Amino acid sequence: MSNQDKKNKGLSRRDFLKTIGAVVAATGLTACADGKQNGVSPTSAGEVPAGEMTYRTSPTTGDRVSLLGFGMMRLPSVGGRSAREGNEAIDQDMVNELVDYAIAHGVNYFDTSPAYCQGKSEHATGIALSRHPRDKYYIATKLSNFSPSTWSREASIAMYHNSMKELQVDYLDYLLLHGIGMGGGMEEFENRYMKNGVLDFLLEERKAGRIRNLGFSYHGDVRVFDYLLSRHDEYRWDFVQIQLNYLDWKYAKQINPRNTDAEYLYGELVKRGIPAVIMEPLLGGRLSNVPGTIVARLKQREPEMSVASWAFRFAGSLPGVYTVLSGMTRMEHLQDNLRTYSPLKPLTEDDFAFLQETATEMMRFDTIPCNDCKYCMPCPYGLDIPAILLHYNKCLNEGNIPESSQDENYRKARRAFLVGYDRSVPKLRQASRCIGCNQCSPHCPQRIDIPTELHRIDAYVERLKQEIG
Amino acid sequence: MLRKIRVTLAVVFFLAVTALFLDFTGTIHAWLGWTAKIQFLPALLALNVGVVVGLIVLTLLFGRVYCSVICPLGVFQDIVSWISGRRKKKRYRFSYSPEVKWLRYGVLALFVIAMIAGVGSFVALLAPYSSYGRIASNLFAPIYRWGNNLLAYFAGRAESYAFYETEVWLKSLPTFIIAAGTFVVLIVLAWRNGRTYCNTICPVGTVLSFFSRFSLFRPVLEAEKCKNCSLCSRQCKAACIDYKNHRIDYSRCVACMDCLDTCKHDAIHMQYRWKRHNRLATDKQEEPTSPERIDTARRSFLSGTAVLVTASMVKAQEMKVDGGLAVIEDKKIPMRATSIVPPGAWSARHFAQHCTACQLCVSACPNDVLRPSSDLQRLMLPEMSYERGYCRPECTRCSDVCPAGAIRPITVAEKSSTRIGHAVWVRKNCIPLTDGVECGNCARHCPSGAILMVPSDSGDKNSVRIPVVNAERCIGCGTCENLCPARPFSAIYVEGHTMHSVM
Repeated sequence: MSNQDKKNKGLSRRDFLKTIGAVVAATGLTACADGKQNGVSPTSAGEVPAGEMTYRTSPTTGDRVSLLGFGMMRLPSVGGRSAREGNEAIDQDMVNELVDYAIAHGVNYFDTSPAYCQGKSEHATGIALSRHPRDKYYIATKLSNFSPSTWSREASIAMYHNSMKELQVDYLDYLLLHGIGMGGGMEEFENRYMKNGVLDFLLEERKAGRIRNLGFSYHGDVRVFDYLLSRHDEYRWDFVQIQLNYLDWKYAKQINPRNTDAEYLYGELVKRGIPAVIMEPLLGGRLSNVPGTIVARLKQREPEMSVASWAFRFAGSLPGVYTVLSGMTRMEHLQDNLRTYSPLKPLTEDDFAFLQETATEMMRFDTIPCNDCKYCMPCPYGLDIPAILLHYNKCLNEGNIPESSQDENYRKARRAFLVGYDRSVPKLRQASRCIGCNQCSPHCPQRIDIPTELHRIDAYVERLKQEIG
Repeated sequence: MLRKIRVTLAVVFFLAVTALFLDFTGTIHAWLGWTAKIQFLPALLALNVGVVVGLIVLTLLFGRVYCSVICPLGVFQDIVSWISGRRKKKRYRFSYSPEVKWLRYGVLALFVIAMIAGVGSFVALLAPYSSYGRIASNLFAPIYRWGNNLLAYFAGRAESYAFYETEVWLKSLPTFIIAAGTFVVLIVLAWRNGRTYCNTICPVGTVLSFFSRFSLFRPVLEAEKCKNCSLCSRQCKAACIDYKNHRIDYSRCVACMDCLDTCKHDAIHMQYRWKRHNRLATDKQEEPTSPERIDTARRSFLSGTAVLVTASMVKAQEMKVDGGLAVIEDKKIPMRATSIVPPGAWSARHFAQHCTACQLCVSACPNDVLRPSSDLQRLMLPEMSYERGYCRPECTRCSDVCPAGAIRPITVAEKSSTRIGHAVWVRKNCIPLTDGVECGNCARHCPSGAILMVPSDSGDKNSVRIPVVNAERCIGCGTCENLCPARPFSAIYVEGHTMHSVM
């Protein structure tokens, strides 16, 4: 280590010691710092209005659904983090509190799946919702498709019945074919839902009234999406769930050539009058935890609104959007989103153009499009894939990915990257452990080539450690 | 005045040497590394003539200043003794005792024999600086690191990168027990009788005593002024002032200067020695470069019973739900026929002949590779293992810090072409064969490109690929062993070389 480095370290250590006292005293402050990880930084202050929620009406069933939908994929765990991290149990008390608060403020759409939170989301959702009258909420769940062993007709029907049992209901308001287009594309879709007659079974169930709305959620191969819409006259989809936000609106394909721009997906649904349920409006927090320049840009226009609120207003302003799902781990996330939608202040055309420019600017940053959904997990070899990708993104956003040792802030950035890496990801779960078996990639809704990205990050870490170039 | 200088210098040296053992960031060594390199036995083993001659000259001039100032174990005992003396009526708790010659010289003889015979563990057990090193690295360093980890925890909460967490683990139980034992024994001895250890057991103290007898400046008790009050004797932690005969045993005096300020009758002074006896002090007692061979057949391991159990692998779990982390089994240490010593050691023999087992390299190793051996033949001598980390290509810390020349200074470039061992593939553990998935993590990370991936079935080009090792290019750094996904036993591990070689 050079003398320069030592000097820097000494200084920063001193600075740190100076502030530590204050930090320890103000524990509330440190709790806030945590919030950044999960996305929404609760910057907007003030009352959370009740009874002013914006609603949208279903053309087929007349359901009046709150524009804010509660995604049950990122439920809190007893450790205070999202229940998909680590192996901690769901914090049921906190879930109940969040659900009660949401319902009291007009939220009535709850979206879960048999796969979420290591398979425990439905159960927790059932407990929280069963404490309310059945006509106060709509439940959406899915026929999930993570493992081929659940693909048979019998296993699928068992999964469907089990969902009702876990959710403590005798009918489902919304049922989705989960993530069509993922993994093996058209062929996998055929095997999963068509050849075994599962779709026919679900159509029958809808006729019988046990499924009030039938739809599908889509990621990945656009041919499957087009195919299902082309048979809309036959299946009469009540709704379709797509990924939509101001970055994916025009840039989804540019970010990953195998994905499809949200503008197209949304347009196809509007053309057919199918309500669009929106997932990933915030890209798992990536549209909240943005680079400093973007924060400045958004805040300059609306100093009192949170960064996240822009993303929610974008999705909510589209008239064909039925509800916008948000996985709210913390009360601050919920409150901020409630403020945004109670009621919705639609974007002006000017605002819309402004957000498109913002998206263009964000494209300059080479972030990895991971939304921390954890569908790739658990990695059989113990890696914490999303944590690695998120750490890399975080450093990108904070300007801590030095290109060369000649960079002005090289020493500081190097230390921030390496020390932060060990902090965010235990050594045994870091990218150097990736063997490239590629069992993860087929599960990624964003179709990230995970092993390639991990090996790239690992090579970068090696460069930093060895101080090459 | 002299005493104050002595105390000040002693504290400075003590803190400096201790800091070397506590620091795990590698920053302090650049500044204070020399405080370890001027320790007598390490310098002798490193054949550092300048330092050895310097220390002898220092002793010939002022007596055993080394024992009072430079030696951290001596200062450590002084601290204990000082605390003990702060108790009521315990300030003057010592008394003169004659030299225990048979014990002193007996121990020294044993020590020299052990050194010539290459019984490193015994040498290490008695060497004062090494003893202190073991105490510092086994007892003080964990506390320091826990403190650091606490700060790192708060730093993490505050998004500061000033502190980072470091692992604290028991590197070797026998060494820990020896360190703790030494610690307790020394505290008891120093608490009761001051410098007992230094004047009866310590071989360095005994060697220096040969020279201190003839020191140019020494405290002298003037019979004319002395009122036989015995205060100086009762204050002398080395028990070397015979007030009745007005004599001081300069072989045991550690030049602490405590007596100078104690005498109320102005009878003790530092005085120049008029008669010269220096010519006697020329023979060096020890020759570290013993021509004696070290038995290379000392490969017997502690437990011959530790059989390689069939490795139970982390089986690829079928994913039905999202999230969660797979459980990671701890790696186990494979049976190595030859233990691995760091690049710069050049050979197991050279290493064993020079190492004083002070644990400085073990403390400095940032990758948790070095740890004291638990093998009886090499007890406490450092060795490498890769189940927690591997010998990173950019790191040469152990060679930078070694004061005894056991690990000679080596550059990053030299290190990357020095073969300290070679990788061995274990078919039955290899993931492509057990799990049927692509892997190649060893080949991907090998810094010297010594591992190639080839089809497992030579007849079928598309069969799953397995690693093969080009032993000529392998340097034994252990990257492959550490990053191998097979657990608890890796499918590729490193065998040490008794003799290192350069590519």
